[in-house]
Amino acid sequence: MALGLVILLPLLGALLPAFPRGGTSRQLACLAALPAVSSFALLLSWLPRVSGGETVIRKLSWLPSLGLDVALRLDGLSLLFALLITGIGCLILLYARYYFEGNASAARFYILVLLFMAAMLGIVLAENLLFMLVFWELTSLVSFLLIGFNSGRQAARLGARMTLVITGGGGLALLGGIVLLGQIAGSYELSVVLEAGDRIRAHDHYALMLNLLLLGAFTKSAQFPFHLWLPHAMTAPTPVSAYLHSATMVKAGLFLLARLHPALAETELWFHLVTLTGMATLMVGAFVAMFMHDMKGLLAYSTVSHLGLIMLLLGLGTPMAVAAALFHLVCHALFKAPLFMMAGYVDRATGTRDMRHINGMWRFMPVLMVLSAIPAAAMAGLPLMSGYLSKKMLFGESLLVTTPSWATVIIPAWVTVAGLFSVAYSIRIFHNVYFNGRPIDLPVWPPREPRLAALTPIALLALATLYVGLAPAGLNTLLVHPAFLASRQAELAAYDFTALGGTLPMLMSLVALVGGALFYRMRGPLFRLHARLPEVDATEIFDWIMLRIIALSQQRVFQLENGSQQRYLTFIMVTVVVLVGVELLAVARWNGGVAMAPLDPLTVLAAILLCLAAIGVVVFHHARLPALLLLGVTGLFVTVAFARFSAPDLALTQLMVEVMAVVIMMLALSFLPQQSPRESSRRRMARDLAIAGLMGGGVAAFSFAILTRPQRTISDFFLANSLPGGGGTNVVNVILVDFRGFDTLGEITVLGIAAVAVFAFTRDLHLKERVVDTNPAHWVAEPHPIMLGTVARLVLPIALLVSAYIFLRGHNLPGGGFIAGLITAVALTLQYMAGGLVWAQERMLTAFRPLIGAGILIAVFTGIGSWLFGYPFLTSAHGHMHLPLIGDFELATAMLFDLGVYATVVGATLLILANLGKLMTVAGPGKEIG
Amino acid sequence: MELLYAITLGVLTTCGIYLLLRARTFTVILGLTLLSHAVNLYLFASGRLVAGAPAIVGLTERSADPLPQALVLTAIVIGFAMTAFVVVLALKAAVELRNDHVDGENPDEDLT
Repeated sequence: MALGLVILLPLLGALLPAFPRGGTSRQLACLAALPAVSSFALLLSWLPRVSGGETVIRKLSWLPSLGLDVALRLDGLSLLFALLITGIGCLILLYARYYFEGNASAARFYILVLLFMAAMLGIVLAENLLFMLVFWELTSLVSFLLIGFNSGRQAARLGARMTLVITGGGGLALLGGIVLLGQIAGSYELSVVLEAGDRIRAHDHYALMLNLLLLGAFTKSAQFPFHLWLPHAMTAPTPVSAYLHSATMVKAGLFLLARLHPALAETELWFHLVTLTGMATLMVGAFVAMFMHDMKGLLAYSTVSHLGLIMLLLGLGTPMAVAAALFHLVCHALFKAPLFMMAGYVDRATGTRDMRHINGMWRFMPVLMVLSAIPAAAMAGLPLMSGYLSKKMLFGESLLVTTPSWATVIIPAWVTVAGLFSVAYSIRIFHNVYFNGRPIDLPVWPPREPRLAALTPIALLALATLYVGLAPAGLNTLLVHPAFLASRQAELAAYDFTALGGTLPMLMSLVALVGGALFYRMRGPLFRLHARLPEVDATEIFDWIMLRIIALSQQRVFQLENGSQQRYLTFIMVTVVVLVGVELLAVARWNGGVAMAPLDPLTVLAAILLCLAAIGVVVFHHARLPALLLLGVTGLFVTVAFARFSAPDLALTQLMVEVMAVVIMMLALSFLPQQSPRESSRRRMARDLAIAGLMGGGVAAFSFAILTRPQRTISDFFLANSLPGGGGTNVVNVILVDFRGFDTLGEITVLGIAAVAVFAFTRDLHLKERVVDTNPAHWVAEPHPIMLGTVARLVLPIALLVSAYIFLRGHNLPGGGFIAGLITAVALTLQYMAGGLVWAQERMLTAFRPLIGAGILIAVFTGIGSWLFGYPFLTSAHGHMHLPLIGDFELATAMLFDLGVYATVVGATLLILANLGKLMTVAGPGKEIG
Repeated sequence: MELLYAITLGVLTTCGIYLLLRARTFTVILGLTLLSHAVNLYLFASGRLVAGAPAIVGLTERSADPLPQALVLTAIVIGFAMTAFVVVLALKAAVELRNDHVDGENPDEDLT
C-alpha cells in the first residue's frame, strides 16, 4: 500500500533521530529529512495520475462494527495539501538544521516535527472521517509539545496550554459534528458523505452539526475570536512557527471546510457563519498586525488575517471563490514560511524581535534582505507577485456577491480596507527591519548574517513565490484546479490569469497599495494614537474564564470527594440500593414456586446462632477482642452451613481458613487499640443502619426469589464426565484441578501475589512503637504455655499425616490440594504459637516464597506437559493405581497440578502468618522470613 | 428452609455493611469478613440447598451442584489472602499515621 507509506514513513521515521548519540547536526538533519523527502517523492509520483482527475482510495478494514476503517483517499485536494505539508516540511527540516545548530535538543525537535508531519498527512489523506479525527487530535497534541518546546520558559508553557485548550476544545466539538454528520449521511466514508450533500443540508440537525464542525475548523484555523492562541503560540521556536503556524496546522480547518464543501456548503447558514467569521478575522488580524512591534507577533496576526481571508472566500462559495481560496492558500504558505524563517534569523542575529530596536539591517544582512523582499512583496500584493493575483481574485469575487443586499457594498469595501492594512504591515516588516535608520540597543552586537547555505530554504521558497507570480497557470493546472475539482465536484472553466483585468478590481488593488503605503508613512502619529486606545487584553479574559472553570469544577469535585472513605462507601451503597431496588421492586412474585425443604430444629438453632453471632459482632464491635471472637463463631457456623448443605469440601476449607483468619486478626489486634471509640452520632448510626438494612433486605429477598425458582445448571456435564474424563469421583475437586484448572492456576497466582505483598509490606514496618499504649506486655511477654507446646509437638506428625491423606484422597473424596495445604499450614501455625517464632524458626525450613513459586511452577508445567503429548494446555491424563496399605486409587496428572496448589497454599499462608508474627516478637529474628 | 437461609444471608449482609461504614480500620475488616461470608453463602446457594448429597459420583443418586462449590472454595481461600492483605494495610496505616481511622486522621485532630 504505497499510499499508506506516505504517512508511515514520517511516523516511523520519527524514531530515526532518536538513535544517534553524538552525531553531527548535519547527520542528524539528514536522518530526519530522509523520511520527509521520501514521502514527498512518493506523493510526486502520484501527481500525473491525480492531476488527470483520478481519485485513489485504499481501504483496510479496522473496526467495521464502528464504521471505522483505515481508509486513505488521494485526490486533487489531498495531494495539494500533502505536497505542501511534506514539501515545506523538508525545507523546515533544512532550516532547523541551521537554526538548531549546536543545540542539544535538536533531535527532539526532529522527532516531534516528523510526528506532526505524519499527523497532518493523516488528516488530509483520510477517507474515513473518524480516522481523520484521530489525526486531528494528534496534531493538537504534538503541537502542544512543539509550542512548549522550551519547556523551561513559562511563556512557552502558557502558550502551549492555551493552544491545547482551544484547539482541543474545538476537537471535541468537531467530534460531535462528525458523529452527527456520519449519522445523517449513514457512513463516515468521505465518498458517501460527499455524495449525500442534499440529504445532509435538508436534515433537521444540519444547523447543529454545521455549528459543531465549524467550531472545530475555526479553532484550528485561528478564526476570530478563537485566534487568540496563535500569537501566544509564537513562543515556540521559529521553525515550529514557520511550519505549524503558517503553512500547515492552521490550514487544517480550511482543509476540512474545503473537503466538506460539497456536503455542507451553499446554504444561507454556511454563507453567514463562514463569511462573517472570515471577515471579522481578516480585519482584526490585519489591524492588530499593523501595530505589533514584535516581528513574530506581526507575522502571527497577519497569518490570522490571511486565514480569515481564505475563510471568507470559502464562505462566498462561488466556484471561482473556492478556486481563489485554494490558490491563495498555496501562495500564503509559500510567502509566509520564508518570512518566519527570516524573522528567526534576525532574532538570532540581533537577540531581539522588537522592531523598535531592529532597524537598518541591510548593512548587516544584505543577502537576507534581497531574499526576504520577495515574500514581503508577495504578502503586500505587489504586481507580478503571487499575492497580487490572489488578492485580485479576492477583489473580483467580492464584487460578484449579489445576495444578501448588504454584502454587495460592504464586502468589497471591507476587503479593500483589509488589503490596505496588509500592504501597510507588509511594508512595515520589510522596511522597518532593513531600513528605517540605525539599530537601537541591540542585545547582540554586531548582528551577523547567517552563512549562505543557511539561506537555502528561504531562497527556494522565494523562488517558488516568484514562479507562481510569473506563471500562475502552471500551479493552477497542476494542483489547484484538480484540488478544486475534488473539493467542488463541479466543472470550472480553466482560470484565465491574464484576463484578471477588470477595472474595478484593479482600482481596488491600487487603493490598497497607495493607501497602505501612505498609512505606513504616517505610522508615527498612528502608533501614538494606537497606544492611547484602551487595551483589551484577551489573555486576561481567557485566563479569567479558565480560572472560573477550574474553580467551579474543583468546587464540585470537593463537594463529592472530601477524602472520607465512609462518605464514598455510603455513596456507593446508596447507589446500589437505589439502582438495584428499582429493579427488584418490579419483581412480581418473590416466591418462585419451587417447593421449600422442611425446617428442622437443629438447623433453625444453628441459623439463629449464626445471626446472633453476627449481630453480636455489630453490638460489641467497640470492644474488639470479643467482637473478633464472635466473628470466629460466625465463621464456624458458616462452616456448619456448608456441611449441612452437602459441601464437605467447602466446610473443611472454611474451617481451616477461619482458624487462620482469626489468628491473623488477633496478631493485628495486638498492635491496634483494643477499643474502637464511640464517635458516630446517633443520626449517622441510624442512617447507616437503614442503608445496611435495605441492602440486607434486598439480598434476602433476592436470594429467596432465586432459591425458590427452578435451576438450570451446566453441572450435569461435570457430574457425568468427572469419572470418565477426569478420573475422580469428587466432582468439586475434579472441577478445580481439571475442568476449570486454568481458573485455579490464576487463583493460586493471586494467592501467591497477595502473600508476597504482605511480605513486602511487613518488611519495612517497624512496630516498635505501638499506636496506642495499652500495656502490651500481656500479649508478648507471657511464656509459651508448656501444655500447648507439648500437645503441638505431638499433633504435628498426626496433622501432617492427615493432610497427606486428605491430599491423596482429594480426587475421589472430600479433600484436595487447597484443604490439605490449609491443614498443613494450620499445623505449622500451631508450632509457631506454641514455641514462638524463634523456636519455630530454628527448626523449620522457612523458604516460603520459593515454595509459592515452586507451587505455581509445578502447576504451570503440569499444564505445559500436556503440550508434549499434543493436547491443549492442562489436559489431564489418569490411570488406576494400587498401593499396598492405602489401596486402590486413581492417579491423574491432575494430582501433580493439585500438588502445585498445595505448595502454593502452604507457602502463601505461612508467609503471611510468619511475617505478621515477626512484627509482634520483641526479640524476634529481626530479619525477613520466607 | 430456603426462607430461613435467605433471612440469614440478609442478617449477615446487614451486619457486614453496617460495620463497613464505621470509621476504624479494624471494624471495617470485621465487616468485610462478615460480608464475604454472606457472599460465599449466596454464591453457594445458587446451586440450591441440597441436604445429604455431596457432589461425589456414585455416593448418592442425586447430588448437589458441584460448580458453585468449586467456585466458592477458591473464593474462600482468596478471601483469606485478601483479608490478610487488608490487615497488613491497616497495620501499616496505623503505624505510619499514628491512628487507625479509615481516613488516616482522627476527626478531632482537625480541631486541635
